[in-house]
Amino acid sequence: MSDALSCPVTGATEPLPEYPLPRAAGCPLAPAPTAQALRAGKPITKVKIWNGSTPWLITRHADQRALLPDSRVSDDDLNPGFPYVNAHRAEIAPVTPRLITNTDAPEHTRLRRTVNGPFVVKRIEKMRAPIQKIVDDLIDEMLAGPNPTDLLKAFALPVPSLVIAELLGVPYDDHDFFQRSSSLVLDGSAAPEDARRASGELVAYLDNLIRQKTATPGKDVLSEMAGRVQAGEMTHAEAVSMGVAMLIAGHETTATMISLGTLALLQHPDQLALLRETDDPKVIANAVDEVLRYLTIVQTGVRRVAKDDIEIGDVVIRKGDGMIFDLHAANWDPEVFPEAERLDLTRPARIHQAFGYGPHQCLGQNLARLELQVVYGTLYRRIPTLRLDAAIEDLEFDHTGTTYGVHGMPVAW
Amino acid sequence: MSMRVELDVPKCVASGQCVMAAPDVFDQRDDDGVAILLEEHPGDELLDEVREAVAICPAAAIRLVDQ
Ligand code: HEM
Ligand code: SF4
Repeated sequence: MSDALSCPVTGATEPLPEYPLPRAAGCPLAPAPTAQALRAGKPITKVKIWNGSTPWLITRHADQRALLPDSRVSDDDLNPGFPYVNAHRAEIAPVTPRLITNTDAPEHTRLRRTVNGPFVVKRIEKMRAPIQKIVDDLIDEMLAGPNPTDLLKAFALPVPSLVIAELLGVPYDDHDFFQRSSSLVLDGSAAPEDARRASGELVAYLDNLIRQKTATPGKDVLSEMAGRVQAGEMTHAEAVSMGVAMLIAGHETTATMISLGTLALLQHPDQLALLRETDDPKVIANAVDEVLRYLTIVQTGVRRVAKDDIEIGDVVIRKGDGMIFDLHAANWDPEVFPEAERLDLTRPARIHQAFGYGPHQCLGQNLARLELQVVYGTLYRRIPTLRLDAAIEDLEFDHTGTTYGVHGMPVAW
Repeated sequence: MSMRVELDVPKCVASGQCVMAAPDVFDQRDDDGVAILLEEHPGDELLDEVREAVAICPAAAIRLVDQ
């Protein structure tokens, strides 16, 4: 019963639901039924999280759009009442440097403008040819290798890692090291000590590379940040953390959109056929946005805290109240996306909130879209017989990470 | 009667969504991506694209006003 059309949309909304909310058994790609029920009945309501606190859960698309850009809604996790995702995040908050991910305007605006240059639409578009080459080469390798294989390891993880290497300006000879270490850091099944060692090696590597780029700059992101360090606009440590942040924020997310996106498309052969038969960039671009909407892989909710009292509808959110924005519920809101449970690559999907909304909306969204456009526009044409080599019931999904995902996806062709 | 585009530059978070939606009306500064208004009075044929830009701008920094 993996077709979302038959998935439940109701769940217990009393007593206080515990967040994150579980997905329904047999419905791995649909939002949690309780989130859907709350959106219909109690769109702004309290939920309980791991530390016993009771932030507001906001599930409607319109309410998220009203609140997320509001200057009273803060991303500064040092404010009392901030609804941390877990104990680890609560612990590290006081010792985490001020970054784009934990500041509000005007500081956020200033910081974000220092790292935004490489993500300007026209500059990202110049990466289309290099990304096409990365994707073509990986498909060549996959076709020459074992069949069946794990799509995650053979294709979905290497694509974003090689693209980020290209963006940052990692020399070609180091790509193997870079790809191996970053995959180890993210591989949930790797031994913790291996993951920790790989993470240490990556930080040391980026640290050193930024120093080299200071001496001999190129036209890449690390060189640009090295220049800003020299100009006194950011510190060396900030540049290193930004490099690591881009790697972490952009790797697993994009890989999951490739693996789960392929899974969703394989389950909807008519939609997959639309994609395989077109070379219209607009059709492919909209298909990417629709799959982003349908899957909405950031599953722990966007977290904020109120800096002042906020009246919305018949609710007053008090200063110091935590807020959680469930993006998947909003992206399946029938007021904005009729028959939201249908994957329909031709619907207008652009207004989805899979990248969040407001000033913190994903920094890498234009790059992620481009990668997915190249992948979705290439993979299924090059391998038209691609199929899942397992029962969907036997796949192991990651229900705990910030990003939803699957541990391994056997495919054959 | 024509429509005028208003861009609130201090609010802009340089996401480039307006450039993706309406490339004839918006551009971005090269160094930091802040939006630039190319066409304050876009022709009718561009209005749908501008409306899309208004809808997807994450900072709610764009307005299309009747005047
Ligand atoms: C399909 C892939 C991706 C998805 C679904 C995704 C999703 C998101 C979401 C929902 C947020 C908002 C968080 C919030 O409001 O608190 C975000 C922020 C962010 N993303 Fe992504 N992301 C993706 C790819 C990338 C890539 C490729 C990069 C970088 C190369 C990246 C870098 C970032 C950064 C730095 C932020 C923080 C922005 C800020 O707080 O101002 N992401 N992402
Ligand atoms: S969409 Fe909005 S925030 Fe993004 S660049 Fe345009 S005006 Fe700025």
